[in-house]
Amino acid sequence: MILMKDVYKTYSNGVTALNSLNVDIDQGEFVYIVGPSGAGKSTFVKLIYREERPTTGSVFINNVDLSTLKERKVPYLRRDVGVIFQDFKLLPKLTIYENIAFALEVIEESPRAIRKRVMEVLEQVGLKNKARAIPDELSGGEQQRVSIARAIVNHPKIVIADEPTGNLDPDTSWEIMRTFEKINASGTTIIMATHSKEIVNTIKKRVIAIEGGLIVRDENRGEYGYEI
Amino acid sequence: MLGTRIGESMAMKFRTMTRHIREGFKNIARNGWMTVASIAAVTTTLILVGAFLALMLNLNQMANKVEEDVKINTLIDRTADPDVITELGKEIKDINGIDSVVFSSNDEELEKLINSMGDDGKSWELFEQDNPLNHVYIIRAQNPEDTMKIAEKVEKLDGVQEVNYGEDVVQRLFEFNKYARNIGLVLIIGLVFTAIFLISNTIKITIMARSREIGIMKLVGATNGFIRWPFFVEGLLLGVIGSIIPIGVVLGGYDYLEKVVSGQNKYAFVDILPFNPFAWQLSLIILAIGALIGTWGSVMSIRKFLKV
Ligand SMILES: Nc1ncnc2c1ncn2[C@@H]1O[C@H](COP(=O)(O)OP(=O)(O)OP(=O)(O)O)[C@@H](O)[C@H]1O
Ligand SMILES: [Mg+2]
Repeated sequence: MILMKDVYKTYSNGVTALNSLNVDIDQGEFVYIVGPSGAGKSTFVKLIYREERPTTGSVFINNVDLSTLKERKVPYLRRDVGVIFQDFKLLPKLTIYENIAFALEVIEESPRAIRKRVMEVLEQVGLKNKARAIPDELSGGEQQRVSIARAIVNHPKIVIADEPTGNLDPDTSWEIMRTFEKINASGTTIIMATHSKEIVNTIKKRVIAIEGGLIVRDENRGEYGYEI
Repeated sequence: MLGTRIGESMAMKFRTMTRHIREGFKNIARNGWMTVASIAAVTTTLILVGAFLALMLNLNQMANKVEEDVKINTLIDRTADPDVITELGKEIKDINGIDSVVFSSNDEELEKLINSMGDDGKSWELFEQDNPLNHVYIIRAQNPEDTMKIAEKVEKLDGVQEVNYGEDVVQRLFEFNKYARNIGLVLIIGLVFTAIFLISNTIKITIMARSREIGIMKLVGATNGFIRWPFFVEGLLLGVIGSIIPIGVVLGGYDYLEKVVSGQNKYAFVDILPFNPFAWQLSLIILAIGALIGTWGSVMSIRKFLKV
């Protein structure tokens, strides 16, 4: 499903973010990515939806080698990968409703289906009453939930969550985790970079720990493993 | 089976197109003062282009009229007998580029002369008994610029006494017209390119501000075409909206100009193109140029941001 072989990533400023990384994740898995800040977690997940390309090594998604994937095919890869960005990446001039609908417009859903599905996910993330607001009018946690809604709205095969609970209060965090477990139960692969010890240690899943661009630990039903 | 599938995909294309058009309209509203700036740029340049086009096309029209009036008067030898005259007429017709050859006898010539002189012409009536004028062939060239070449050829034919076409004036007129047209053309092309440059720059600034948004759209799985269409619609709209005021100026201004000119027409021989249809045609041209520079500007400026 997701396969990385000897991946190195050196950014143009000379920083090496990933260092000989090997990983294999199956369809339907739920994986936490943990590690200190700057360890390379975001870089790792960015390789999956090809926001970044490896400097050397290869990345396969569903047996497709991303290094040979044609530029015009990239949008179709990204439709299969819903991403909750660490910095949300909402379109500032669009309303919350329009932001979420955008992910369905690109796959040319019918307007009726779009309306129904967008209201459904808005309900799921508890933002039905904010549908007409623009991102700037929302709190950090609310924006994060919009990002979550947009990521899952088109039923992607893989959901990538880069610190999806970073701005949320504990109650909302658990609510979001329940949503993730639900879509995971229906077969969606979930990859979640997180600093939340409580979540990792409570909802036990596979844990991959990255430090200095290397996988230092990879265990099923693992622990968070760091203090704080 | 296949039919329904094609039907479905057509419906899909149609509703996506509807979506792009809707987004294009919404972007006009979403982008606030950037929209205003772009429209202002289009408006200014189109007013310039419109005024200049009106001037150019009228000058061109006047030049054409003057040129069309150019004709060659071939004075026929007074001693030539009718056979020679008929033969000469045939020979002239055989020259390349002749539009028309009309025979006019010396009596007809005298009558024209007398008529053109008005009251003073009376004194010429004396000559009706003993006409001093020649029979003539009046020649018009298909292409007025060939007048000189044709005149030279005609002069050499048998039975020709003299050819007459206002040599100096005609030559200078043609040269002047040629330069005027070329310079005008260059100016118009230059103006349109300046306009495109100006507008694509304005739009580039607005898109620069939106490059982050374009990046986000791509990360959410939008294809380049999907992103480009609303921009295209937006550019088209900017161009069309930007041409409203210039069209108003052209219609109003030309109407006024025509009134002023026709008020003086008794004295002057200036004759401008009639408001209907000229002002309407010009409006259409302005609209077309506006739409063109709007879409072209937006398509050109978005290109590099799509390589995210
Ligand atoms: N676009 C970039 N250009 C240059 N260097 C970068 C870029 N993105 C990340 N880096 C560097 O790569 C390293 C890994 O960054 P990354 O964002 O993957 O860390 P992270 O594990 O996600 O950290 P955090 O937990 O704080 O989100 C860091 O040293 C960072 O400074
Ligand atoms: Mg990160």
